[in-house]
Formats: sequence, C-alpha cells, structure tokens
Amino acid sequence: MAFEGLAERLQGTLQRVKGKGKLSEADVKEMMREVRFALIEADVNLKVVKGFVKKVSERAIGQDVMNSLTPGQQVVKIVKDELTELMGGEQSKVEFAAKSPTVIMMVGLQGAGKTTTTGKLANVLRKKNNRKPLLVAADIYRPAAIKQLETIGKQLSLPVFSKGTDVSPVEIARQAIEHAKEEHLDTVIIDTAGRLHVDEELMQELKDIRALKEPDEVFLVVDAMTGQDAVNVAQSFNELLGISGVILTKLDGDTRGGAALSVRSVTEKPIKFVGMGEKLDALEAFYPERMASRILGMGDMLSLIEKA
Amino acid sequence: EKTRTSFTSKINELVAKYRKVDEDFFEELEELLLQADVGFETVMELMEELRFEVQRKNVKDTSQVQSVISEKLVEIYEAGEDQPNELNMQEDLTVILFVGVNGVGKTTTIGKLAHRFKEEGKSVVLAAGDTFRAGAIEQLDEWGKRVGVDVIKQAAGSDPAAVMYDAIRSAKSRKADVLICDTAGRLQNKVNLMNELQKVHRVIGRELPGAPHEVLLALDATTGQNALTQAQIFKEATDVTGIVLTKLDGTAKGGIVLAIRSKLNIPVKFVGLGEKMDDLQPFDPQKYVYGLFAE
Ligand SMILES: Nc1nc2c(ncn2[C@@H]2O[C@H](COP(=O)(O)OP(=O)(O)OP(=O)(O)O)[C@@H](O)[C@H]2O)c(=O)[nH]1
Ligand SMILES: Nc1nc2c(ncn2[C@@H]2O[C@H](COP(=O)(O)OP(=O)(O)OP(=O)(O)O)[C@@H](O)[C@H]2O)c(=O)[nH]1
Ligand SMILES: [Mg+2]
Ligand SMILES: [Mg+2]
Repeated sequence: MAFEGLAERLQGTLQRVKGKGKLSEADVKEMMREVRFALIEADVNLKVVKGFVKKVSERAIGQDVMNSLTPGQQVVKIVKDELTELMGGEQSKVEFAAKSPTVIMMVGLQGAGKTTTTGKLANVLRKKNNRKPLLVAADIYRPAAIKQLETIGKQLSLPVFSKGTDVSPVEIARQAIEHAKEEHLDTVIIDTAGRLHVDEELMQELKDIRALKEPDEVFLVVDAMTGQDAVNVAQSFNELLGISGVILTKLDGDTRGGAALSVRSVTEKPIKFVGMGEKLDALEAFYPERMASRILGMGDMLSLIEKA
Repeated sequence: EKTRTSFTSKINELVAKYRKVDEDFFEELEELLLQADVGFETVMELMEELRFEVQRKNVKDTSQVQSVISEKLVEIYEAGEDQPNELNMQEDLTVILFVGVNGVGKTTTIGKLAHRFKEEGKSVVLAAGDTFRAGAIEQLDEWGKRVGVDVIKQAAGSDPAAVMYDAIRSAKSRKADVLICDTAGRLQNKVNLMNELQKVHRVIGRELPGAPHEVLLALDATTGQNALTQAQIFKEATDVTGIVLTKLDGTAKGGIVLAIRSKLNIPVKFVGLGEKMDDLQPFDPQKYVYGLFAE
C-alpha cells in the first residue's frame, strides 16, 4: 500500500505536455491536482497544501521552457524547488548562551520522542561542540519517566539531575540550573513531560519553567508520522511558549513526513535535527532538499527529469 | 471529550453556509474529512457514495443530509459484524498481545485495560515484553502497582520471547483469567524487529495453543496516513485482531481508522482518552464519527 510518489503520478501528464513550448492553464491545473493529492497523502496539512499549490501554479502558468527541460519537467522542478525553499536552510546549529549554562527545553506531545532525543542531543553536543551537558528529569507524571532518563544518562555516562516525583517540575528545573552552575556543567537540557497543546494547566507549567531563565533553545519535538493535526500542535506550542526550533523524530520509518512542511509553514521556525532511530547516536542534521524529495516521494526525481 | 453537540458544530456550520446540497457543499465536506486524516482515497470513495445516496433519496436541503453522512460513515464499521468491539474472552486463560510503533501508547493502554479487567473481578497478570527501551520494564511495573496486578519480568536486554514463555507458565499456574503482554515499540519497516515480534507471537502460541486470543495494535490518533501501512504490516506479521485508538483526547481525529476499516477490515475495539487509569472506553462508531466533525 505504499503510496505512489509525485513522479509516477505525473508520468501521464508529463508525456502529454512533452514538446510543448508553454504550459496552458489547463495543463498546470491538471498537474496541480496531482501535486495536491501527493501532498495530502504525504500528510501535509490541507490548508498548507492549498497555499503551496496556489503559489506553484502562479509560477508555473506561462512559464517559458528552460533550455534543457520540457515544460512538464519544469513544473516538477518548480514544485521541488519551492518545497525545498519552504523547508528553510540547513541549520543544525544550537544556540549557546554567552554566559553558561545554556538552557535547552524539550517540549511536545506525549510519546513524540522528547526523552530519547534529550539523550541524543546531549550526546551530539558533547561530541561535536565539546559541551558538558546535564540532563534534567522534569517529567514527574509519566510512570518511570525519571528512570528512563537515568538509564539513558547511564548509557551515555552523562549526569542526570532528578528530584523524584514530589517536587514540581518548575522547582526541579530551577535547582538543576543552580546545580549546573556549581558543577560547571555548561548545558542544561530539560526533559519535560508530554502534554496536549490544549492542556492549559500543563502548558502554564512550561511557561513557568521558561520564565526561570530565558532558555537559549526551546525545541518542539514532533513525530514525523503526525498527520493533519501537526499544524494545531505546532501553532499552539509556538504561540503559548515561543519555540526556537523543531526536532523531527522517527524518520527512520517509511512515512513521507509531510508534517515537516506543516510545522515549518505555521511556525517558520527551523527544523534543526532529525531522529533516525532509537539508539542514542541516531540524531542527524536536517537537510531541506532531502526532506522535500521525501515528501514528494521523489527519490528518483532526477532520473525522471532526464527520462521524460 | 467529543460529543454529539460538537459534532453538530462543524456540520451545522456547513449546513448554515450552504442551504443546497451542491458541489461547493460536497467540496467543503470533503475538506473536513481530509483534515481529519481520513485520507484521499477513502474520502473520494465516501464522497461518491454520498453523492449517490443524496441523489437516490432526493435530498435537496443540507439539513437533511446530516443523517445520511453519519449513517454512511458509521456503516463502514458495522458492515457484517455483530459485535466488532467485543474481546475474544476465553473460559480459562485469555492472552492479549499488544503491538505497535514507538510511543503510541501500548504500555499505558495495558495499564488501563488491566484496570478494567480488575474492576470486572478478573485476575490479571502483565508480561514485561519490552526489554529494550530504557525504563520500559519499570514503567509497566509501576502500572502494575497502580492497578494492583503482578508483572512478570526479566532483566533489561533479555529475550522478549523468553519473558512470554515465563509469563504464560506463571499465568497458568496462578489460574489467572487474563495475561496482557507488552512489547517494545517498533517501526513496521524494520524487518528484524518484525521478525522478533513474530517469534514472540509464535512462542505464545506454542505455550498455549490458540493464544494470543487478541492481538491489539495501538495506533496514535495523531498519526496520519502512515497508520494504514502500520496496520497492514503488523497485521501480516501478527494477525492483528483489533485496534486501540489512543490519544483521542487531543485535537486529532484519528480519521485514518476509517480507511483501515474499509481496506483491511480491522475493527477498533477501544479508544484512549487520556493518561489515567480509567481513560479507556469501548469504541463507539457513532461517537467517533461525530468526533470527526468536532472543533
Ligand atoms: N524508531 C525511532 N524511535 C524513536 C525515535 N525517537 C524516539 N523513539 C522511540 O519513541 C518512543 C517514545 O520516545 P520517548 O523518548 O519516550 O518519547 P517522549 O516524548 O519522551 O514520551 P513522553 O515522555 O511519554 O511524552 C520510544 O520507544 C523511543 O525509543 C526515532 O528517531 N526513531
Ligand atoms: N493524552 C493521552 N496520552 C496518552 C494516551 N495513551 C498514552 N498516552 C501517553 O503517551 C505516551 C506514550 O505512551 P506509552 O504507553 O509509553 O507508549 P508505548 O507505545 O508503550 O511506547 P514505547 O513502548 O516507547 O513504544 C505516555 O506519555 C502516555 O502517558 C491517551 O489516550 N491520551
Ligand atoms: Mg518522556
Ligand atoms: Mg511501551
């Protein structure tokens, strides 16, 4: 039941418009139907799809043929380029505070991958940036959440700050920042409990943690398999909390990952890393072009352009 | 919670906006369903049937079309099954295996389900078959304590099939009514992990012929179209008998189970509506369909 990529879907139309000098409005319309279909099947939010299709259509109608391309290929290229551009630049950089410690908050829905990513991120920052991370167990709600983070800390030989489940997450975060200063640990990564964006009480808790010391990064952790709801989640977290970036998890699966586009277009915040597995070294930089190809199901994009 | 009143909210809006059942009306309805993650193909099929139905019944007024819409959607669930959300309970030991991708709510649902059985006066044992993820055994253990049921476990990193072997022996010797088995989350495209799961399934069947009596696939309502692939591949690997649709307490609608029901014919048995012990409810098609049109 794997979905056809845009490339295959467009084959027919591509054949028909072959050899034309300019694309008619009808040609473009037909191709845009396929683009719309492909994006919705890839889980891009419908409203985002509409905006995107409109933009691409405007660029495509009456488009002059580039030297080496037929008009059909030209449209495919416009779609791909536009999507890549929307994905933003490559920026797997993390902002560090001028004065230590740097504070990073991990937030998101239940089960998105925050705790695992907390470990992965600490691992990357230690290896690549020479940082000394402190992992903070601020999830007092989920059964054994603290134990989970402690196990991860042990696997990485990194310190974990925990106060059990009787101290409030805000107080835990406050003490953790103090502790980091005393121990000369320069990067505090706070693992917060998963929560629904509509849970006012728990969203307030995040605001309170945020108010302790302006965090240098607030990462929204998003499951790459998320569907249409991704826009609501991203929008709420961003509005209520102000996120600084996104980490997309579980991209080692076979989802197209259209949520990336949805999240990106409603928050305009960079996607900084992607999770590529359960292991603690499976965190990679985000590549916009790769993501665009993936969403469109166009691993073979270039070969198609050559073939058509 | 999504109720009938909120159902009417979006449908009412639609009805107020379009007096006549015309193309614009259908187009907007189509968009509502797409935004609930029902998926393009299923939505197209549905729209075709709806158009046909509307014509057949000669429905002109949008206010009359409401019932046609909900009937059509609910129909998908009720096609040819008497009690699709009943669990296949045995006279003696019933074994229920939970499967699914990472983080969807397997372990939590096991806790909730154990609580439900306990309330019914059944004796329950849990098997900590996720020996891989950090803190997974402790998580299930804590649920066991909360609910007041025993958890059969081995050390982290041990063979999950061996845990199941132990658990079945132990459940049998205690004459337990229900054994619920947790497994590690795994993405359906990981061939090795799917093989491991098949082995777990096989071992259970060998220790107790006919078991597992239910294989429940946990699906996160927030998931988009990938849930269809999840259902398909987990079904091939482990003969999934039902779905638990979790996290329906958020704003996601879980529309993809409509596609799963129509393409793979797997019924939804329960829905998860929160993180607490009693946030589990039997699936109610009508309520679910209303939920698709909730704010
Ligand atoms: N395959 C894969 N699994 C992942 C990835 N990231 C996290 N996971 C798995 O997803 C599941 C949930 O991860 P957690 O880190 O516990 O998620 P969380 O957001 O902390 O969950 P809560 O604290 O309950 O909200 C676990 O089984 C992880 O192993 C990833 O990039 N790929
Ligand atoms: N809001 C809400 N959260 C839920 C529901 N079910 C589970 N959760 C939360 O989702 C997160 C993941 O749940 P788990 O039960 O650990 O999921 P899992 O499938 O066992 O995860 P892995 O074993 O890591 O694959 C936890 O934070 C749960 O509290 C639900 O119905 N509603
Ligand atoms: Mg966590
Ligand atoms: Mg689990």
